[in-house]
Amino acid sequence: MLHPVPTLKETPSQTAGPYVHIGLTPNFAEIKGVYPTDPGISMLTADTVGERIVVSGRIVDGAGAPVGDAVVECWQADADGSYAAPMGPNSNSAPAFTGWGRQPVNADGVFSFETIKPGPVPGPDGRPMAPHLALWIVARGINTGLQTRLYFEDEAEANAADFVLNKIPDPRRRATLIARKEDGPVPGYMLEIQLQGERETVFFDV
Amino acid sequence: MSGMILPGADGALYPRDRSWHPPANTPGYKSTTFRAPKHALLSLPGTASEQTGPSFGHSSINALDNDLIRNFSQDGAEAIGQRLIVYGQVLDENARAVPNTLVEFWQANAGGRYRHKREAYLAPLDPNFGGCGRALTDANGFYSFRTVKPGAYPWPNGGNDWRPAHIHFSVFGHAFAQRLITQMYFEGDPMIWQCPIVGSIPDKAAIDQLIARLDRHNTTPMDALAYRFDIVLRGRRSTMFENRLEGN
Repeated sequence: MLHPVPTLKETPSQTAGPYVHIGLTPNFAEIKGVYPTDPGISMLTADTVGERIVVSGRIVDGAGAPVGDAVVECWQADADGSYAAPMGPNSNSAPAFTGWGRQPVNADGVFSFETIKPGPVPGPDGRPMAPHLALWIVARGINTGLQTRLYFEDEAEANAADFVLNKIPDPRRRATLIARKEDGPVPGYMLEIQLQGERETVFFDV
Repeated sequence: MSGMILPGADGALYPRDRSWHPPANTPGYKSTTFRAPKHALLSLPGTASEQTGPSFGHSSINALDNDLIRNFSQDGAEAIGQRLIVYGQVLDENARAVPNTLVEFWQANAGGRYRHKREAYLAPLDPNFGGCGRALTDANGFYSFRTVKPGAYPWPNGGNDWRPAHIHFSVFGHAFAQRLITQMYFEGDPMIWQCPIVGSIPDKAAIDQLIARLDRHNTTPMDALAYRFDIVLRGRRSTMFENRLEGN
């Protein structure tokens, strides 16, 4: 089948700016009473199936300073490796797990998602990709939202076979996407995200 | 979600034209200096993780969510400022409407003051204006909201930099790789062409795409002026989801 040449240009991106919280997390910005809760702030429901985990990250800039005003979104599969089925246009019933989360960072540049460990999703080579979260980072000084991924340290075998990780030629750069395991009542994973510099995180054009 | 998605396959998103978007490091906008990656972005063929995205139901939207004149109202009073209707159509690059997608917007009040704890501009807050709203596009991709026109405001970049009047937009589309944040400007504002954030976009035609047009035909007489702002998201090849209404 032949495909038409695109007729329109994509609307260009602009920075989310320092007051992004007003629009994306108004309750966090102390604008109360407009939305009952901030969208995406809670990912789990009583019916969510899967292993409960806490996924955290810390974002620093090229001078090593925490990026204290970012908002991070994640998109992930459920425990079976499926992405939430889209709701019908007239459906009001949300699935038990939507796979989407949104968190502001704190003053130290740290965010966390209380979520479940995603199952493996089929990759473009037909083999399963290692469990991962897709992350999208916006902030003042970021002109176009940055796309990256978070993988899990305790999935070494799956990580070694992952389609996307294997697209990164330098193993040291590959390591920038792998969150380290932290013990706690709920298993935790922590990823250092460096926007620029020595251990710069790999960002994708997807 | 199952099956393979290859770069040239049906359903794959067109690559983003990075020369149309602002580059990461734009020295005139100083905050980009330490926040711009120096390595090249790694190009990936889209996988299911990028070709799918969250969807939002109408139950998550309240009746006043798209009315910034009244959604932060105290005791029924309305926000102060020039009353506006802002509306438009969300399309993809194939000019197909994008229905049932979430559009979020935020802005300063009529005096250029944001309701945010880190904002210290001396222009006062409006007690009846919060500055946030959201809407789902309809079956034809249209969204609309009511607000007051935001004022220009000064910011610490150059010695005397002012942002043009603008409204921030966040749009989802139906794939995580379509996720977009941008800013809408107002037709005829001379400050557009002096702003380093606007100027981060290299092509004048791309900047022009962010300028909403005054639309006299959709004004509400004796009430509110209207501006039209259409938004274009990345398009995809052919028909991955034949059973879905949205452009694919």
